[in-house]
Amino acid sequence: MAAEKAEMDALKKECDALRTQIEAARKAANDGSMSAAAGGVASVGRVQLKLRKNLKGHLAKIYAMHWSADSRSMVSASQDGKLLVWDTFTGNKLVAVPLKSAWVMSVDFAPSGNLVASGGLDNICTVYNIKAASPKTLRELDAHTGYLSCCRFLSDSEILTASGDTTCCLWDLETGKQKIIFTNHIGDCMSLALSPDMNYFISGACDSLAKLWDVREGACKQTFSGHTSDINAIAFFPSGNAVITGSDDCSCKMYDLRADQEVLDYTDSSLNAGVTSLALSNSGRLIFAGYDDFNCHIWDSLKGEKVGVLSGHDNRVSCTGVPEDGMGVCTGSWDSFLKLWN
Amino acid sequence: MSNNSASNSSLALAQKAVKQLRLEASVRRIKVSQASAELKNFCLQNANKDPLLMGVPSSDNPFRPPKSCVLL
Repeated sequence: MAAEKAEMDALKKECDALRTQIEAARKAANDGSMSAAAGGVASVGRVQLKLRKNLKGHLAKIYAMHWSADSRSMVSASQDGKLLVWDTFTGNKLVAVPLKSAWVMSVDFAPSGNLVASGGLDNICTVYNIKAASPKTLRELDAHTGYLSCCRFLSDSEILTASGDTTCCLWDLETGKQKIIFTNHIGDCMSLALSPDMNYFISGACDSLAKLWDVREGACKQTFSGHTSDINAIAFFPSGNAVITGSDDCSCKMYDLRADQEVLDYTDSSLNAGVTSLALSNSGRLIFAGYDDFNCHIWDSLKGEKVGVLSGHDNRVSCTGVPEDGMGVCTGSWDSFLKLWN
Repeated sequence: MSNNSASNSSLALAQKAVKQLRLEASVRRIKVSQASAELKNFCLQNANKDPLLMGVPSSDNPFRPPKSCVLL
């Protein structure tokens, strides 16, 4: 017993020493600031986007949406128990997928456009073939012991999931089995994002940490702290070298992966609502962040200034997405509508 | 027995934590000034390929219903 206690104490001491070492190394690398680097950059001015479409169809709160790789179709998920696939150019509904469980929290479109996936309080990630005559359930990925908060396809044969059971998982869609389980978070995982080269992904959790993982190795490579509450949203900067997070602490942050630290903080004293979702414009310059205050606020990612707002929803903005061609931004809300802006 | 396995698992967790921290401590870091400059340059170099930043011309706007008549 005494020997074990001695070993525990030694390990705790080593943990503390390593944490101090990491902080010192980060401080040593902190020789400047993003604000300083962006000092000479011209302001983007006021960004005023217009509402182009108001998509009506869902009968309850919308919890998630995702663009198809064709930048035209888009899938949305509502707790009315349906996934709707929309043609955003015409506003028409293309496909309706009835869900076994109405408590959906996440939805994704496979890059091929053939499959969509969703999941939520049922703890299951269900994959549907939407190109069949009527939507067909392809796989039910059932192994998480907590709610499914996020799912992201790598291809038609692999998908990543994040769960309230604090783990993320890489699944093989051909077998329906787990390939790799990513464990290290100590709070519910709320969101994940794949790097542009698909070799890494980043997860945000209720432990207020963001973690970078190697998709193939299964290892957690880096951990980013700073937020003081749940991280609900996470996205890669388009270069793949930085990550933006959105949190219940009402702020967004940019972490640079190679400097291994926070480089910018997006806060405004007048903004006292949690961040639910975020998406970046194609150059990474604009951050579209959905908040509990019913708005989607637009930030200049380099200067850390608020440069615009998308107003119009009558309830919390729960999801935000920019298509691959960057031609617009979609916001989805608890008011049951999706709006397209550009 | 259960007491033993409980303390074994705490030990295992602590060992795992140390291993993880060692890995994270070994990351090669670049300076924030260099990282910031590169992020800034990426934004500036890609600005002209960013429709939301540049503005979408009405004639090319896929979400905007066409105003002109279409000859069928």
